[in-house]
Amino acid sequence: MWPNKFDYVRAGSVDEALSSITDDGKFLAGGHSLLPVMKLRLDAPEQLVDIGRIPELQGISANGGLTIGAGATHDAIATSADVQAMCGALASACGQVGDQGVRNFGTIGGNIAHADPASDPPTVLVACGATVNIQGADGSRSVGAQDFFVDLFETDLKDGELITSVSLPNCSDCQCAYVKFPHPASRYAIVGVAVCLKMDGGACAQADVAVGGATVKAVKCAGAEAALAGTTLDDAALNAAAEAIKSDISDWLAGDIAYPESYRQQMAGVFLKRAVAAAQG
Amino acid sequence: MSTRIFGSGIKRREDPRLITGEARYTDDIKLPGVLHMAVVRSPYAHANIVSIDSSAAEAMDGVVAVYTSEDIGDGLAGLPTAWLIPDSDLKTPEHPALAKGKARYVGDGVAIVLADDRYRAQDAADAVVVDYEELPAVIDPEEAAGEGAPLVHDDVEGNIAFRWVMGDREASDAVFDAADVVVSERILQQRLLPTAMEPRSAMAQYNPATQELTLWCTSQNPHIHRFIISAVTGLNENKVRVIAPEVGGGFGSKIPCYPDEALVSWASIKLGVPVKWTETRSENYLITIHGRDHVQHVEMAAGNDGTLLGVRATVYAGMGGYLSTAAPGIPTILHGLLYVGPYTMGSVFCESIGVMTNGTPTDAYRGAGRPEATFLLERMVDNVAREIGMDPVEVRRKNLIPAFEDGYEVATTLIYDSGDYPAAFEKALDMAGYGDFRRQQKSAETQGRYLGIGVTAYTEMCGLGPSQVAGAVGFQGGLWESATVRVTPTGKVQALIGASPHGQGSETTLAQIIAEELGFPVDDIEVIHGDTTETPMGWGTYGSRTTPVTGAALAQASRKLKEKARVLAAHLMEANVDDIEYADGSFSVKGSPDQAQSIQDVALMAHLAWNMPEGMDPGFEESQFYDPPNFVYPFGTHIAIVEVDAETGVIDLQRYIAVDDCGPQINPEIVAGQIHGGVVQGAAQALCEGAIYSDDGQLLTGSMMDYCMPKADMFPNFELGETVTPSPHHPVGVKGVGETGTIASTPTVYNAVLDALAPLGVTQIDMPLTSAKVWSAIQDANGGGS
Ligand SMILES: Cc1cc2nc3c(=O)[nH]c(=O)nc-3n(C[C@H](O)[C@H](O)[C@H](O)COP(=O)(O)OP(=O)(O)OC[C@H]3O[C@@H](n4cnc5c(N)ncnc54)[C@H](O)[C@@H]3O)c2cc1C
Repeated sequence: MWPNKFDYVRAGSVDEALSSITDDGKFLAGGHSLLPVMKLRLDAPEQLVDIGRIPELQGISANGGLTIGAGATHDAIATSADVQAMCGALASACGQVGDQGVRNFGTIGGNIAHADPASDPPTVLVACGATVNIQGADGSRSVGAQDFFVDLFETDLKDGELITSVSLPNCSDCQCAYVKFPHPASRYAIVGVAVCLKMDGGACAQADVAVGGATVKAVKCAGAEAALAGTTLDDAALNAAAEAIKSDISDWLAGDIAYPESYRQQMAGVFLKRAVAAAQG
Repeated sequence: MSTRIFGSGIKRREDPRLITGEARYTDDIKLPGVLHMAVVRSPYAHANIVSIDSSAAEAMDGVVAVYTSEDIGDGLAGLPTAWLIPDSDLKTPEHPALAKGKARYVGDGVAIVLADDRYRAQDAADAVVVDYEELPAVIDPEEAAGEGAPLVHDDVEGNIAFRWVMGDREASDAVFDAADVVVSERILQQRLLPTAMEPRSAMAQYNPATQELTLWCTSQNPHIHRFIISAVTGLNENKVRVIAPEVGGGFGSKIPCYPDEALVSWASIKLGVPVKWTETRSENYLITIHGRDHVQHVEMAAGNDGTLLGVRATVYAGMGGYLSTAAPGIPTILHGLLYVGPYTMGSVFCESIGVMTNGTPTDAYRGAGRPEATFLLERMVDNVAREIGMDPVEVRRKNLIPAFEDGYEVATTLIYDSGDYPAAFEKALDMAGYGDFRRQQKSAETQGRYLGIGVTAYTEMCGLGPSQVAGAVGFQGGLWESATVRVTPTGKVQALIGASPHGQGSETTLAQIIAEELGFPVDDIEVIHGDTTETPMGWGTYGSRTTPVTGAALAQASRKLKEKARVLAAHLMEANVDDIEYADGSFSVKGSPDQAQSIQDVALMAHLAWNMPEGMDPGFEESQFYDPPNFVYPFGTHIAIVEVDAETGVIDLQRYIAVDDCGPQINPEIVAGQIHGGVVQGAAQALCEGAIYSDDGQLLTGSMMDYCMPKADMFPNFELGETVTPSPHHPVGVKGVGETGTIASTPTVYNAVLDALAPLGVTQIDMPLTSAKVWSAIQDANGGGS
């Protein structure tokens, strides 16, 4: 509750943020992941560069696909008509983050930079093939969400780099859903499953599936996808996918004292089925 | 005229200040020149302290001093254990305010830092270098009592602090040997973290000129705190003033006197400036007492016809690293004496072993001993029912003590005051629609849905309690209360009480008692508490005792005033006292209703004293010390209905019915609030709460990210019912209701879940019933398939 001493700079632009940040500094967005760890003295940056009011990082625009500013709050994303239309699963995931207070402050940039394995938005970003747009002192680059998340609290982000936005393809012709099994204590995900189904008549032409919560990072599940694709999503297909998803995530399992890895792995199968049902419902 | 104030659900007068954030808690009080204390705490559960180097810390900006137990020397006596249960071979190991040579749990204080700023104090605390030699730790109480366990205190052999026996072992054996059926279960009463909304805080201000110490602290019992602070600092008790300002909940965790309170007092005396300490939530979880922590081996004997014959248990009760203030009394007196519950069962036996471990000290937590007893009893009744193939409701119905109005002695030697258990039982079953539910349950099962019902009949002892009994069971204090009803010349009332409510709504209910007795408008009555200099002596707010004991003192003080008022009114109206009639705060003369003296008129005249009857003293104020002749025994029946999702193990609590009898309800809204909160707290023990330690004694559930507090959306709307059976010995007939919800709800919810799982072959799961454990139990019962 008593953070170490730090310097504070408020940046007015991306350039100012990039030029202000020092080696032992951190960007401060909504503060809803960073401040708790500082208060517990688990992290002690010497400098905070506040990016919360940088105009370039705000806003959500729809232009063929979606571009969501890194500074967009969970609430802004959850309630955006464009996001709801083009990627309902992301709106749903952001709407299930924490409580209203958290959603009013927490940003998508901060959420993915922090890379808490039990977060909600990363699972949808990985399932839906999102791209993370990054700017550093040496210019800008883009990384696919699947490559962006590296491991537990570990991303592809280099020191001093800033996430500027996240882009997503238009999924409005897919059936997509995010289903979360919340941890009763923290309400983060024990398991979160995102599915994005391209349907062709009664059959599933393509399935994209990702799991978070049960894993050290959001994991794309090729086995489950293959088990669903080309089927009518009947019980046999769902059971096969539920089995396959357990192998898809077996190298990446995470757990805690109350909800061990083995349980979460099983639940990934259960919640995959529920996610497919939700996507179709 | 208006409806009676007694029994009306008026709004809690405490709430406006609480919900608008205007209440003033200890940490809100700012004193100029205050120093902030940070405590260097052991990161190990068990470790020798080899050396402490505070030089770097002392050199830091704003740091005034760093002290260790060596610096304190004999400046502070060890913290006393104040419940010395007799005939138990009790050992009370020294509990120094800062660890001497050895730390005994994670969070045990090793040094204190005093600085001009809270942040700097924390920086300096982090800079104190302590060289520890880690020792093997033990957390599980049964393991700690076993062969070869690490010794927590050298002078507590085998870690056994006490061994308390209730009942006759041979007589119990005879009952069990002859019984048709005996069921048994190993029950874990997991550790719980009380989690009051306001963490603990203490600020001491010593005035060297007057040699007076004022201590503001989060206390449920400021008079007990004064007593103990005086004892440990050596200051005369009349030079110590303890103030409990607004206190944001306690649930028992603010009864004990902790090292931190002694340390700020000592530091303020030493430095002559005010010293403040407020714990963080992380500290709260590490160092504020925990509750429960029993390993129980329980057996129940019964006849094939469902007659309950006896219960017996061996209880290993984890005490943690030190014996907290009231700790020994909790798993003994407050536990074993509840072993017959509401049943006619004739044989009880309990051996309770208090065990030192390397966990945080445990002490009274809402219900304190009684939930642990009620759980084992109700669990075993369900086990008996299963064993003999009888409906658990039938077993209970068959064994309930019939209605009684004035005294019923049970096998534990308690004399229950009054009860009509069958009435509350049948009412709850009606509300639940028990028969219909059993039919629904059957048809749901055919669709692969698992519904369950849990029914708990309970009674409990509260309103602690007769002081003679307190003395006989080793409680180092009385259990009476005192109160003063003081009326100002303009007819406004100040009621001063020794008890110290901290969220219960007693400022409202106690005012209602006075309004009822004296006829003052309830809004003209203030209830003042929490300051040892302002209020008369009292033993505090816990054990559901403030309404039963303080309420009785106030009723009796009010009655004395009313008698005075009647005589004075008669005098003023030149009438015979016997002709005075009283109604709604007004005295009149029989037969001439036009002439009247209001209670306010009388109060004014008593102050003016211009015209007093012969021999009557002026003033309008009365005090009363009230020592209850017996405990009060509220009772009732709770029912839970749940559905378990067999695919995930997730429990959905669908209905909760609570019929409670606490005698006449002074304020039904407040009673309902107490039951709601209590049920949530007790259900949470069944469903989600539980402190977990690693093998080396690290608390793994050190924050609310892992320690699962109950949340509103886990609960349905509660369905409350009541029966009203007055206590025969209480001036207004009331019984306590602060703990009943917690006592009844844990077994109710647990039994409902196990009932739902019965068709799947699951018969036991350790609490809390997390979905992961429920799911695993289902898998195990199905032979490990998934
Ligand atoms: C009570 C509570 C409940 C929560 N529940 C959930 C939940 O259920 N599901 C869930 O997904 N999350 C949950 N969260 C986390 C929440 O989503 C956080 O808001 C989010 O993880 C961090 O976003 P922020 O804007 O607050 O980032 P900050 O806390 O400000 O920053 C987090 C990290 O990201 C870095 N950072 C921030 N912005 C950028 C950027 N643009 N570029 C590069 N680095 C950046 C910071 O330097 C820091 O290291 C919860 C948080 C709280 C406090």
